[in-house]
Amino acid sequence: MNRLDFIKISEWIEPNSKVLDLGCADGALLKYLQAEKMTSGYGIEITPENIEKGIKNKINIIQMNLEDGLSVFDNQFFDTVILSQTLQAMVNIEKIMDEMKRVAKNIIVSFPNFGYWKNRLQILNGKMPKSSDLPHEWYNTPNIHLCTVEDFYDLCEKKRLIIEDQLFLTKNQPIKYFSNLRGSIGIFKLSK
Amino acid sequence: MGKSVGIVESKIFHCKDELALVCGNKLSEFELIYETYGKLNNNKTNAIFIPHALSGNHHIAGKYHKNDKYSGWWNNMVGPAKPIDTNKYFVIGINNLGGNDGSTSAKSINPKTKKVWGSSFPILTVKDWVASQKKLINSLGIEKLYAIVGGSLGGMQAMQWSIDFPDAIEKILCIAAAPSLTAQNIAFNEVARQAILQDDEFYKGNFYQQKTKPKKGLRIARMLGHITYLSNDSMDKKFGRKLIQGKYNYNFQQNYEIESYLNYQGDKFAMTFDANTYLRMTKALDYFDLEKNFKNKLSKVFAKIKSKYLIISFSSDWRFPPSRSKEIVKALLDNNINVTYAEVEAETGHDAFLLESEHYHNTVRNYLRS
Repeated sequence: MNRLDFIKISEWIEPNSKVLDLGCADGALLKYLQAEKMTSGYGIEITPENIEKGIKNKINIIQMNLEDGLSVFDNQFFDTVILSQTLQAMVNIEKIMDEMKRVAKNIIVSFPNFGYWKNRLQILNGKMPKSSDLPHEWYNTPNIHLCTVEDFYDLCEKKRLIIEDQLFLTKNQPIKYFSNLRGSIGIFKLSK
Repeated sequence: MGKSVGIVESKIFHCKDELALVCGNKLSEFELIYETYGKLNNNKTNAIFIPHALSGNHHIAGKYHKNDKYSGWWNNMVGPAKPIDTNKYFVIGINNLGGNDGSTSAKSINPKTKKVWGSSFPILTVKDWVASQKKLINSLGIEKLYAIVGGSLGGMQAMQWSIDFPDAIEKILCIAAAPSLTAQNIAFNEVARQAILQDDEFYKGNFYQQKTKPKKGLRIARMLGHITYLSNDSMDKKFGRKLIQGKYNYNFQQNYEIESYLNYQGDKFAMTFDANTYLRMTKALDYFDLEKNFKNKLSKVFAKIKSKYLIISFSSDWRFPPSRSKEIVKALLDNNINVTYAEVEAETGHDAFLLESEHYHNTVRNYLRS
């Protein structure tokens, strides 16, 4: 396993803790955390293909639409809730942020940074950005709420969330300086 | 998509232990008819029990002879290389106590009176069925089932198993079920029962002595049932407003294809199904209420279970809709149980659990393998 985002997220997670992964795709991250940190918990997914794959990966996977909220979970049910590469596809971002605050102590969010220099360059050239992190055409993209790292900081402030730690990656390599310009993906550990 | 299990035969389990029933009565002894497919491994750890729904039985897969017109009721799910793979698992089907197809029922002789039980046969509950099934499973030397896979009323039995015998099942697959019936569900059952009870040939349940059966009532009960198993969309797609002879007859003969279909299903059912069984099956459904003994708190029901759960619902099922399955999921989550939930897109209503669909079958297959 050389996915640096998985490794970083795993560092942020206590052993034997309870984790909820929103938009968990095929459950690869949860599977990794179960093996590395003996975590328990659930993944939420909407597509049938990912439900089948999640079952294969031996994770608990619940088919649900995140836009409907997390009412199946009681307050502070989890130690950590993760929203990985899903924020930008949500209709109601404030609602899911509030729900994450409600169900868990710690929050981990990752998303493609719209402020990444290659994205900025494509816009300067008069086109909507396309890349391995944003592979869709503008007319069929599920990513309806793109933001830059700076935009995300503003939202965290509004939601009274504190950034505890962060990691920026470009092509699976860590970026240390000028991250809003040089990082194509941002991963954030937040607390209340 | 896999082969059939081939030619199969039924076996009889005779239990001489007394069975105390929830209604307060007792059965001094009873018989259950059952079938098995595949091989039980040496450690007896690969057994899967499949309880049946309202009109099902122990004949899940295969045929009784080469020219048998019909296969068992879940032949698309159970067989070599099928989702419930009989090359890997030892699969057990049991006709429920009080059932239609050979287990002790109202048609049987009451050992005390040496006469047919008829109307005096007790009303059984899901809990009673589970207790009797456990005795049969034990008689096969199986201490722990690898899984129970149940759809509809079968799913209710699966849940009851995990509550009554928490150490006896590794995985529960609960498909198109509900934690209890709604008023609307009970209402449909009551109409079906009244159709039978008011049939002149019913003789208060003692029609066997009259060498007749309440076919008219059974037909109507089944026709009504069938409407609730299908969705509006699937009925429209299959039958629409299609006419049998292409024109209106201006009389009360069957005019539309949907009428012909329902009457055919009603006739077929009335020929083979026992009215006393049907009445009692619908009562078992009505009385099934997981919360009843747990202060109406569903989450308390699952406090002591140890099985893992897969819950499956179907989008167009309005008899036991996804919202009812989600109640079960929520209650399992409250108890930190390992649960997976799949809401399968299907237009065929409650019947979808019996029909072949790739995603549904993959979900079951993967879950049993994982």
